[in-house]
Amino acid sequence: MKAGTNLEKILESGQFAVTAEVGPPKGSSPAVIRRRGELVRNSVDAVNVTDNQTAVVRMSSVAGCAILKTLGVDPIMQIVCRDRNRIAIQSDVLGAIALGIGNILCLSGDHQRFGNHPTSKSVFDIDSMQLIQALKNMRDEKQFISGEEVSGEVPIYIGAAANPFADPFEFRVARLAKKVKAGADFIQTQAVYDVDRFRRWMEAVCERGLDKEVHILAGVIPIRSVGMARYMRDYVAGVTIPDEIITRLEQAEKAKEEGVRIPLEIIEQLKEIPGLHGIHIMAVGWEDIVPEVVERAGLLPRPVL
Amino acid sequence: MITITEQKPFEEILQSLEKNTAVYIIGCGTCATMLHTGGKSEVLTMKERLEEAGKKVTGWMVIPTACDQLTKAALVESARTIQEADSILVMACAFGVQTVGFYIEMQVYPALNTLFVGKEEGPGHFIDVCMQCGNCVLASTAGICPLVRCAKSLLNGPCGGSVGGKCEVNPDIPCAWQIIYDRLAAQGRLVELDKIEPIRDWGTSASGGPRWFNVVTSDE
Repeated sequence: MKAGTNLEKILESGQFAVTAEVGPPKGSSPAVIRRRGELVRNSVDAVNVTDNQTAVVRMSSVAGCAILKTLGVDPIMQIVCRDRNRIAIQSDVLGAIALGIGNILCLSGDHQRFGNHPTSKSVFDIDSMQLIQALKNMRDEKQFISGEEVSGEVPIYIGAAANPFADPFEFRVARLAKKVKAGADFIQTQAVYDVDRFRRWMEAVCERGLDKEVHILAGVIPIRSVGMARYMRDYVAGVTIPDEIITRLEQAEKAKEEGVRIPLEIIEQLKEIPGLHGIHIMAVGWEDIVPEVVERAGLLPRPVL
Repeated sequence: MITITEQKPFEEILQSLEKNTAVYIIGCGTCATMLHTGGKSEVLTMKERLEEAGKKVTGWMVIPTACDQLTKAALVESARTIQEADSILVMACAFGVQTVGFYIEMQVYPALNTLFVGKEEGPGHFIDVCMQCGNCVLASTAGICPLVRCAKSLLNGPCGGSVGGKCEVNPDIPCAWQIIYDRLAAQGRLVELDKIEPIRDWGTSASGGPRWFNVVTSDE
């Protein structure tokens, strides 16, 4: 075991994992994190806490993860390269481990232009690929980026993202291979709405044998309304929603119910895709729907290891 | 190569000159003239607007290249009318403003914002192609700098926001990594992208502190 987290145990034992995402509050209340954590705790194996997603200032991921930890939830700390340089990132990693956080997801980060502080200075000292490599080096070689020695163990289960829907499509598998080579243990993908494209990507992934080297969890986003679907299609970087899904929502009697039925159908198809090891439900702001999605997808009860 | 400038809002210029009553205006005959931000006609328009705003303009000139050493001679030559003013407004890039400030002990204010040193990509269309980081990566990126042309300065791009060859930040901006990918593909060099680009030394960039350079002559 690299970190011995619940997520690692589930994935390494070959079981189909379920993770969810909790968005921290735009405020200081730990109760918000606790409530959202309580909502999903029995339905998922681990919970991501986003790092100022869409470049909007929120409670830090490390604090959110520490709060989840007190509930017995296995947290996945997210780190983006947008806001912190290598000094701050490595410091946060050490702090996270001291707080018992074992899963870390490495991301580039949404550009600050999308957020609520568009005039801020971006950092991007290192990129997500280099971050994965740096964490692996901290864990396996006990070395900081500088080469100096880290004191104590650095048990981390390293995560990374992949977006099979971005371009150039042919490079998306090569990029995943790079992340695996850099040291990623698990991958959480961008939301899947175009299952055919996702399937083609997974076929290429398996062809290269990458499914044997890394655990891939497919992203799923329940859709709360037609407006949200249109917003995601038009404004959320990296998300692709086929028109037929928008049409289905528009024509549905109860769009909200359809917005759950669509991801459920997608999950059914995803479960059949060879090489896929789990799903990651990103219902930020709609965490209460997660238990229903997991239950109706036939993924309950979650294994206890 | 040309230094890209744009005029500051007039209100901001007036704010700078709030405590000053008499202004001498200096334009630049090179980049700022080409960009219509600090050439003769812009200088004359500025003169008019400042006078309308109640400032006295003691004189003006357009220095051929405000950033070079000849600026010193131009300042000496016009010293009398310059000295009648209590401030100098420079309609040149930041190099020009600082050159004027270097040669004359007076209050010097910029009328322009300096954006970047631009390369003309098409007629009248300039792009930022180099951040002058002191540690060139072009060998591995098909001659396209991702540090300045990728919104996230990725060395191992493209990120998940690259769609249809465009950057997620703005659909008018091409994704630098798509360009790099296409060029490497055309040159049969795609395999080079399998290499993970290592973490950079930013110490040679402005992050490493103020920079200077001494020319070493052959006699030394």
